[in-house]
Amino acid sequence: MEITLRVNGSRRTVEVDPRVSLLDLLRERLGLTGSKKGCDHGQCGACTVLIDGRRANACLALAVAQDGSDITTVEGLADGDRPHPLQAAFIEHDAFQCGYCTPGQLCSAAGMLAEGGPSAVTEDMAADPALTAEEIRERMSGNLCRCGAYPNIVTAIAEVAR
Amino acid sequence: MRSFEYARAGDPADAVARFRPGAMYLGGGTNLVDLMRLGVAEPEFLVDVSRLPLDRIEPDGDGLRVGAAVRNSDLGAHPLVRERYPMLARAVLAGASGQIRNMATVGGNLLQRTRCPYFQDVSKPCNKRQPGSGCPAIAGDHSNLAIFGHSSACVATHPSDMAVALAALDARVHVTGPGGDRVIPMPGLHRLPGDEPERDTVLAPGELVTAVHLPAPPPGASRYRKVRERASFAFALVSIAAALDVAEDGTVRDCRIALGAVAHAPWRCERAERALRGAPAGEESFTRAAGAELEQARPLPRNAHKVPLVRNLIVLTLLELAP
Repeated sequence: MEITLRVNGSRRTVEVDPRVSLLDLLRERLGLTGSKKGCDHGQCGACTVLIDGRRANACLALAVAQDGSDITTVEGLADGDRPHPLQAAFIEHDAFQCGYCTPGQLCSAAGMLAEGGPSAVTEDMAADPALTAEEIRERMSGNLCRCGAYPNIVTAIAEVAR
Repeated sequence: MRSFEYARAGDPADAVARFRPGAMYLGGGTNLVDLMRLGVAEPEFLVDVSRLPLDRIEPDGDGLRVGAAVRNSDLGAHPLVRERYPMLARAVLAGASGQIRNMATVGGNLLQRTRCPYFQDVSKPCNKRQPGSGCPAIAGDHSNLAIFGHSSACVATHPSDMAVALAALDARVHVTGPGGDRVIPMPGLHRLPGDEPERDTVLAPGELVTAVHLPAPPPGASRYRKVRERASFAFALVSIAAALDVAEDGTVRDCRIALGAVAHAPWRCERAERALRGAPAGEESFTRAAGAELEQARPLPRNAHKVPLVRNLIVLTLLELAP
């Protein structure tokens, strides 16, 4: 089937089998290998991209179902040569070890910072809580880091959230 | 993954008209696409209903109407839901991850399948996946499976958090299908396994969830609590949606209690609720009510821990809600 996506600002029209995930389309067809395949079951978050500005697991998204959508991958976060504030903060705070989960962490954090509202650890559902370390940890729970770089990831995100 | 055809439906009637044997409706895909990759689901045709114009949350009488294509994240973040149905907002936010809640729809959340390890493993028998093949969970790993309402054919649980809150809130599920429109009161959408565990719900082939109607919120305080093996992004061991309204003389005027992860359907605790109405709102009554509900529990050898878990969760949650 023919679909058209806007990927990191460029219009891309491709012919895809309905079985192809958005992740495989990005990596194998469009050459955007920043988004990583970790578990391929929506459990690790390494494939996180922004679909119409909202973070999502690209491994669970069928490419055909995204026809007409606007996709941002880690390759599209920076403004030319200027890193996204989250990318700068991750470098500044050494928020990674092996780096495999980092593209997903960055896209997830970018989506998360735009979300607002309460989370599962917010006491008052009517409140818009400040992004404390506890709130950031809860909101980022869809992104696993097997190196355990969580403390520095939380610090980096907290700096950008301020 | 088996090959399949795909079509995006324009409106609910178009979706129903396109449905045929071997077809499945696709919402956010967070469960279905995974099951297709595992070989558990093998639809020949996907009718994409995720972009149907059913994505609104709006006041409806003294309640709220939530479209079936509303994303879980939008439901949990909606001002009216947070203000009037905090139990529901909390249940939705307790489920899955930020990414998955952005993709998952209300209709798909209701119709997600069990996470029983045998159901998800095509190398194992499973009466739900392959009727008549047997249930290895009964003699095997059932540590997080049902203690209420299970059968010799199936001991699976329904994994949704949202559905537990909807069961406590007396929500009504609106569906359309080849036979017309109908309304199903929660928790009646989901069924107990009996000898047909392959049927999770009472929906007929081709029926499509279009909306969930929430009646006026129950009076008094309410809460959703979830016990799980890690602090976030995990399915419940046991969860509870409870509301408690206490009269001025200190007796229980009304209460709602529903449990998650203990049965094939969200489990509304009618016995506990009956035992509580008119009783003094205190630990003794709460313990007695939990005991009344648990009289019908049939724990399996390796999930008997859920019995004290349920008792303590009911008592602690009601104590928290009591003035």
